[in-house]
Amino acid sequence: MGEVDTKGVVLLDFWVSPFGQRCRIALAEKGVEYEYREEENLLGDKSPLLLESNPVHKKVPVLIHDGKAVCESLIIVQYIDESWPHRAPLLPADPYARAHARFWADFIDKKIYECGTRLWKLKGEGHSAAKEEFTGILKLLEGELGDKKYFAGDAFGFVDVALVPFVCWFYSFETYAGFSIEELAPKLVAWGKRCMERESVAKTLSDPHKVFEFVGVLKKRFGVE
Amino acid sequence: MDQSSSLKFLGSWADSHTHRVRLALKLKGLVFEYQEEDSANPSSALLLHNPIYKKVPALLHDGRPVVESLVILQYIDETWTDNPIMHADPFERAIVRFWCHFADDKLGPAVGLVFSSAGEGQKAAVDQVHENLKLLERELRDGAFKGRRFFGGDNIGLLDIVLGCGSYWLAVFEEVMEVKLVDPDTFPLFHAWLRDFEEQKEVKETIPPIDKLLEYARGIRQMMLSLSTDTTTATTIGAPATGSTTSNNDAAVEEIGLLQESLVL
Repeated sequence: MGEVDTKGVVLLDFWVSPFGQRCRIALAEKGVEYEYREEENLLGDKSPLLLESNPVHKKVPVLIHDGKAVCESLIIVQYIDESWPHRAPLLPADPYARAHARFWADFIDKKIYECGTRLWKLKGEGHSAAKEEFTGILKLLEGELGDKKYFAGDAFGFVDVALVPFVCWFYSFETYAGFSIEELAPKLVAWGKRCMERESVAKTLSDPHKVFEFVGVLKKRFGVE
Repeated sequence: MDQSSSLKFLGSWADSHTHRVRLALKLKGLVFEYQEEDSANPSSALLLHNPIYKKVPALLHDGRPVVESLVILQYIDETWTDNPIMHADPFERAIVRFWCHFADDKLGPAVGLVFSSAGEGQKAAVDQVHENLKLLERELRDGAFKGRRFFGGDNIGLLDIVLGCGSYWLAVFEEVMEVKLVDPDTFPLFHAWLRDFEEQKEVKETIPPIDKLLEYARGIRQMMLSLSTDTTTATTIGAPATGSTTSNNDAAVEEIGLLQESLVL
């Protein structure tokens, strides 16, 4: 993470990245004005600004605030929450509730995308294992959500932001897994629809069919049939 | 600060994540009850309080569990606010979190791989450790941590705890495997920081004696070597010998896997 020559708030991102979308949702919830910069050639050459602002991982999203670069989506979301604390707090005030939220956001971060990717990348035994694992992940999240409106209760917060961009990936995960997420985790699907009623989420998430097309592009790139 | 609540902490003596929590509790002057866990045989308490990962460390505060060391450390800091280990400034906090993730996702696994490999695979793992240390060295020399005694500034902070509790494995592996990991000429600032960190009173009280760690590491390495068929070309030791996947072998491999996990930074 370094110092770069930009003013205000800039988000380096890629249109379909669920990690970038977490940041866009957080910024929108806080009403922060920012400049969105698409990393056009994410699958090819990285832009000079990306290489300069995230030299360690060379990945989007990167938030640049008055020249200072913040990397990694959940770190960015916490930074946004701490920098603009007076509106729409994403983490609760109570330390135990904060620990609970951080645990679940970390769980989502570790599990969903990696396991979801195996659903379209692998065949045979690897695919079956991924399908079983993904089912387990959905059930855990379903259990954690329960009958609450959002993960922390009545207020839209950190865990919701961490998970909601994957809602537009559900169609792709289902198609490649051969299961129905609605059947496995109906409360989660209902939660996803509730989140989509928020402007920050509705304006940010990609069309699930466009996500599916993108996964097709990735499959070709990785030489997966 | 008056501590009227009860703290219990489940850990394993050789686990670096356990040491992180122990050190943080010490730095905050907190009193706690400790329960030793065998990673191969988790207690019913551990399974109850950490059902998803079934691992140490687990902190119980008035009976309520907090798990995952980075979550625990921030919880401790936010609950007992004297002697803060996190800065108040959001950008500083973001940088610390970033390098904590780097320690857990990049440096730790690379160090673990040095331990669990041999031959060409080990050489590649050593190179990877050096690449990662170079990034930290650069940050100490020219970047976010320039001019600081500790990563946290004048005092030990979250990143010192995360990097420091585990960096002792570097010296242990150097001796057990006869590889050079932290050359003071190549990584002068990291080396100096580590020596300074290890001299701190609370750190000395937390990290197990080096001879115990050496004995432990030698034992595991021996088990790994005895399981592999060819130690000169094998890139990952610990795979069952081909053609003889007896249940004894499988159990031993699993034991090694669990032990390996507790070894990473």
